[in-house]
Amino acid sequence: MENLKRVDLIFGAYTNEKYKVLESSMSKSSEEIINEMIASGLKGRGGAGFLTGMKWKFTAAEKDPVKYVVCNADEGEPGTFKDREILTVVPRKVFSGMAICGKAIGAKKGYMYLRGEYRYMLPDLMKELEIYHEHARRFGHDFTIEIRMGSGAYICGEESALFESIEGKRGEPRNKPPYPTVAGLFSKPTVINNVETFVNAVMIMKYGANEFKKLGTSDSRGSKMFSVSGDTPKAGIHELELGMSLADFVNEFGDGDTKAVQVGGASGFCVPRKRFNDTIIGFEGVPTGGSMMLFNSSRSMYNVLHNYLDFFEEESCGQCTPCRIGCQQLLKGIVAVKKGEKPSSYLDQLLKLSDTMKITAKCGLGQSVANSFASIVENFKEEMIY
Amino acid sequence: MADTVKIHIDGIPVEVIKGTSILDAAKTVNVKIPTLCHHEDLCVAGNCRVCVVEVEGRKNLVASCAAPVEEGMMIKTTTAKVRRARTDLISLLVSEHNTQCTTCYRSTNCELQALASEYNVDSERYLSVLKPNLQIDKSSYSIEKDDSKCVRCQRCVRTCAELQHVNAIDVAHKGRDMKISTFMDLPMNDVVCVNCGQCVTHCPTGALTERRYYHEIWEAIGDPDKHVVINTAPSVRVALGEMLGYPVGTRVTGKMVNALKKIGFDSVLDTDFTADLTIMEEGHEFLQRVTKALKYGEKVALPMITSCSPGWVKFIEHMYPEHLDHLSTCKSPQQMFGSLVKTFYAEKIGVDPSKIVSVAAMPCAAKKFEANRPEMKSSGYQDVDAGLTTREIGHMIKQSGLDFVNLPDMDYDSYMGESSGAAVIFGATGGVMEAALRTVYEVVTGREVPFKNLAITPVRGLEGIKEAAVKLENVLPAFDFLEGVEVKVAIAHGLRNARTIMDQIKAGTSPYHFIEVMACPGGCIGGGGQPIPTTDEIRKKRIAAIYAEDEGMPVRKSHEVPEIKMIYEQFLHEPLGHKSHELLHTHYIKRKRY
Repeated sequence: MENLKRVDLIFGAYTNEKYKVLESSMSKSSEEIINEMIASGLKGRGGAGFLTGMKWKFTAAEKDPVKYVVCNADEGEPGTFKDREILTVVPRKVFSGMAICGKAIGAKKGYMYLRGEYRYMLPDLMKELEIYHEHARRFGHDFTIEIRMGSGAYICGEESALFESIEGKRGEPRNKPPYPTVAGLFSKPTVINNVETFVNAVMIMKYGANEFKKLGTSDSRGSKMFSVSGDTPKAGIHELELGMSLADFVNEFGDGDTKAVQVGGASGFCVPRKRFNDTIIGFEGVPTGGSMMLFNSSRSMYNVLHNYLDFFEEESCGQCTPCRIGCQQLLKGIVAVKKGEKPSSYLDQLLKLSDTMKITAKCGLGQSVANSFASIVENFKEEMIY
Repeated sequence: MADTVKIHIDGIPVEVIKGTSILDAAKTVNVKIPTLCHHEDLCVAGNCRVCVVEVEGRKNLVASCAAPVEEGMMIKTTTAKVRRARTDLISLLVSEHNTQCTTCYRSTNCELQALASEYNVDSERYLSVLKPNLQIDKSSYSIEKDDSKCVRCQRCVRTCAELQHVNAIDVAHKGRDMKISTFMDLPMNDVVCVNCGQCVTHCPTGALTERRYYHEIWEAIGDPDKHVVINTAPSVRVALGEMLGYPVGTRVTGKMVNALKKIGFDSVLDTDFTADLTIMEEGHEFLQRVTKALKYGEKVALPMITSCSPGWVKFIEHMYPEHLDHLSTCKSPQQMFGSLVKTFYAEKIGVDPSKIVSVAAMPCAAKKFEANRPEMKSSGYQDVDAGLTTREIGHMIKQSGLDFVNLPDMDYDSYMGESSGAAVIFGATGGVMEAALRTVYEVVTGREVPFKNLAITPVRGLEGIKEAAVKLENVLPAFDFLEGVEVKVAIAHGLRNARTIMDQIKAGTSPYHFIEVMACPGGCIGGGGQPIPTTDEIRKKRIAAIYAEDEGMPVRKSHEVPEIKMIYEQFLHEPLGHKSHELLHTHYIKRKRY
């Protein structure tokens, strides 16, 4: 695997002294932390890829005395399971990252929104949280963390729906603007980051932005946790340097018969074999929150798409027209074409519909249904029809 | 001076205050952007997406209702991209909709129908995703809920939560199953719904409608054995015209009376008569409570609160059951009318009360529930057989084929057709209070209220909670204990404001003696049975018509109406007397929150 570089930042060994990195970060000023983060070029690991340092900077600049740090641990994207591993193996790094962010933006309170299905982790996380609070008190960092449970709705991984959920309301995305940096949780300036992003922040504090920048490409700094699944002999979590080609990835993880890779989960893109060579995994190419699903020639891409649409049709919050009805139409439409109840040209109309969804839906869920829909229908049209 | 932002909309330069939505900015230059989930009474939702526009430099379209303007924005509202998207979105809504428009009560007054027609969408464009086997919830006396016609705009949910603080309906489930539902999906008559009907007037389609009773009334009219009597509420006469070709704020009292007679009602009477009667009873009840409290130091519930609005009555029964003693025991004018029609009126005209069908034309949905309250049988029969909304009356007139606009004016029949200007203003928020003050002040002091032309302006207008104080000086000897007392009153309209008032009472901090509460924003003129749409602009015009009607009345005070004097002389004998208690007063029920 000469073209793939494995990395061991995220799970890298703890120091012997608990919360050492956090403690040493306390001597830094807010500005120093933020500048280091910006210099590192770290982009959010949830998939959207906003510059983490900038997010922190915007929130720090807000005048409101009450601010929040929120860790998005709702990991609900189909095919993503790296946060589960991170929270199991290195929860200390996650809490440290949140606390460093708290110091940087001037927040006193952090929330972790934990996926409903991860409730089993709660006892261990609470134990670690107790240790965290002890240490934070010891070196005088006034920042407490609370864990809130999700209840199984995919949409609550969308940041504003997640805020609504923590606030005790129905998990529905909000209109943006205002953005979370201005009015997030409880309408206060809020930094919300993915689990992995907070761990990366700790690593940047530990090793410095320059070390971090040595990994990856100019558009995609650092390494990334990948959740590899599907037709692969090496299913599991792998930390890899960003910027590799999909061909290299498939060489390492494929079973020799890979016909397509779904990059970024159900809301991501399906890349067919003919595009493996010119597809870069990273923000300059196809970004991913970590999910890499490999499909070999035994798989029906119609079934794959059907499965995704089934998922979206159910997991849309239902408030906005394009997402609620659009998802139903796409699913019903491909079934009708498959059964011959609609002509194959109906697929073109559905593609136009998916484009409408992309440009009119209220949040990322509805906007991204078109990603998998268009990339699967366009690349595997014959499988949709016959 | 607030900060302003300069933008261009369809090439037109626009300067608006920072924070203005693109939609509102467009309105200032007469650029019309279609909307569906947007309603000016409510907070922004941004969920139908029909109002999308193109903003230069952005890949995605922007929901103009939810997006604030930003400096230098170049906005285009009618590009091919925008049109394509809107057509797609409307087509999607149609694909989820029960499109049996030909038989829909809201046909020609439906916002989805109008959009689909305007954009000429192809109903075959997408497969139908209308859920099969949806049942219409007809459990409530007042409101019908038909999920097959719901567009999920959540206007009803926002209305119930924001305007009314009732929260009887909310969003349930997600994705394809997302729908508007009640607590535990219980039938509408089993939940805290107060039947105000504000959800109905805010619904863009036929998903929420009032339960209609006019078919039965047509049948009764056609039955020669029945004597069908209708009384019309003050707010109907200032809004009915909207359904029949008149501009908002037109008074059509005389034409309405004529039309109802032509339709075949045996007698067309005026609810205003019992509004005046309400003032007599409620005014004296207030004086009685004040006398007990101030003269004899007895413990009585003060402030006293009006009980004319059945939505409000059910609200307090659910939300503040421990404070029901603050409610006046007076029935609403509709119910007073009902019990008198089948007693006093029947006696006067010599008709067997069992043959009388008593109908009330009301601006209200809750009146239907009120008519069916089990205790409302003081005449020995169901006092009011049916409450019809202004909309139902409009439909009946249309169905009758009458040339409404060219009908000559006619006067109400008798008995119970006479009234004062004080009764007309019951229709506007503050009106009951004003009417009561005109009478009570005069009873206590022997003089008219000290306001020019009897217009007690502090209690008028659309402010959520209004306050006024009237000082009693040089009182008549019988009321010497009130000398120098400043009577403090408050008026709340919209149940959100009623909650504020009630929370003060609950906390023991209410500074008032007398409070008027109307369930609907603006009072009855903005009621749940009024023509759709209703907005503040429309409310103001209807209110102006109400006060104009008052000023044109020869009698302006309830206690001076000849028929009112007559009914006390011949039948009731005295306010709060034995007969009044039997026929005109009621009791309330402690209800649960669920």
